[in-house]
Amino acid sequence: MKIFETFLLIGLIICALSVTFTKRMLTAIVIYMSYSLIMCVIWVILQSPDLAITEAAVGAGVTSILFFVTLKKIDGFGGDSDNEQD
Amino acid sequence: MSRIRDNYKTSPAGRFEAWYKDGYDPMDDCMDIHKPAEVSEENDVADVIAGLDLGDTVYDRTTNKALRISGHIYKILSVVLCVVMIGALIWMVQYLPPFGQPDNPVNNEVSERYIGSGIQETGAVNFVTGMILDYRAFDTFGESCVLFIATICVQILLRYDEAEKDPANVRRRQKAATDRIYEPKNDIILQKVSVILVPLLFIFGIYIILNGHLSPGGGFSGGAVIGAGLILYLCSFGYAKTERFFTVRTFRIISLAALITYCLAKSYSFYTGANHLESHIPLGTPGAILSSGLILVLNICVGSVVACTMYAFYTLFRKGDF
Amino acid sequence: MLDIEVLFTSHLEETVAMILFGIGFSLLLLNRNLIKKIMGLNIMDTAVYLFLTAKGYIYGRMVPILTDGITDPNAYTNPIPDGLVLTGIVVSVSVSALLLSLTIRLYDRYHTLDLDKIIMEWRKEEDA
Repeated sequence: MKIFETFLLIGLIICALSVTFTKRMLTAIVIYMSYSLIMCVIWVILQSPDLAITEAAVGAGVTSILFFVTLKKIDGFGGDSDNEQD
Repeated sequence: MSRIRDNYKTSPAGRFEAWYKDGYDPMDDCMDIHKPAEVSEENDVADVIAGLDLGDTVYDRTTNKALRISGHIYKILSVVLCVVMIGALIWMVQYLPPFGQPDNPVNNEVSERYIGSGIQETGAVNFVTGMILDYRAFDTFGESCVLFIATICVQILLRYDEAEKDPANVRRRQKAATDRIYEPKNDIILQKVSVILVPLLFIFGIYIILNGHLSPGGGFSGGAVIGAGLILYLCSFGYAKTERFFTVRTFRIISLAALITYCLAKSYSFYTGANHLESHIPLGTPGAILSSGLILVLNICVGSVVACTMYAFYTLFRKGDF
Repeated sequence: MLDIEVLFTSHLEETVAMILFGIGFSLLLLNRNLIKKIMGLNIMDTAVYLFLTAKGYIYGRMVPILTDGITDPNAYTNPIPDGLVLTGIVVSVSVSALLLSLTIRLYDRYHTLDLDKIIMEWRKEEDA
């Protein structure tokens, strides 16, 4: 159990670092969704099932959907690197 | 390969090499030379000066030297601040009491009281729900108010502005408004799947809310699940069908009724508790659904506020209105 | 000065929570994109919740729900940090929604997501 928890925590740090270093915003939001899901499993390991249900419904559900709708309204699906053409 | 060469040519090293070898002038395309406008009798002098576009170089990062230097200083200082803060926090962690020991200072007599007399005083089998809806119910009331205020603020921010003059924004608003017309014909997969999923989500959300005091869950989780179900229904079937049962009037009535019920219920407990009176609400047998006094009513109130808020956020972002 | 073995054997969750807090903070401070800033704030929030919940965990004890009629407080983990974090998660959704709606309005006004450019345009208009 301790090894499993260690892998999940390392996965959390990897997800947070990938959000920092991606250039496309769509990728960053999807990685944020998976960060939220890994956090949900950690809540179960720390013996708090209330938090797990709430985090799954709210973090991976509603917050990520709000990010997607914001991206749609500002036409931001391209990311902040400009299109390179050969 | 040509892209690499182009990048090299515009880099500082490439420009230095061009200057060194060919004598190319580095100030060649950095200066904007405007032909001065003819001052005729119709043009005002102020118009000519305004057309010369002098003032923008102060705000441009590449031409204003003070801005550039302060930008570099800001970056260095912020990196130093981050490193110092992370270092201080991690250095602090090693002095904390060890993780998971029962004699930590955090496990004091408060949690013993909440668990030890939780069943007699609240009647809830789930100690966490009993704590947040009975012992510490005012925190939950404040949190429901925060949700309501956030919805109102988002509605104020995202309203359609009738006096919008920018043509790009007007076009975008019109595109968002006409988006709804094509929605039901859009996605057949979404419609077939949500025929099965949406009733399941509603029933599951209601189950979580009603069993908040018996099993993990409660008002927040169930409300979020119901909100997600409403969002899925809106996405697959369009605004016209959702407005048949959920309009802005429904939102107002549900939110206000839930918050006022919560306020009245907790005022009653506040009044009887402060005057050392006996609160005459029966606690029932622990383990049944109709037990634990007011916790069931409060769970339903909190769940409905959360569900309305989650749905309201989505539809305000999408449409600007309910 | 910095005892690495103690950090990673007996304080693992708290160390990771502080590292995540630092990553979120640096994302908030050093990135110029508004959406990445909001994500950094969310990561900071969840790191603090992880830290709080790790304070309430006790080895070898059960979820704080009455099972088999045991009402002994020494058989359940601490329920108080659970309640605090539950409120916190829902409030963090409200904060994110508010910040995202502000971002939409800023984009409508200035047509860019870069915070430096927005401040420059705003100063230009203020001085004019």
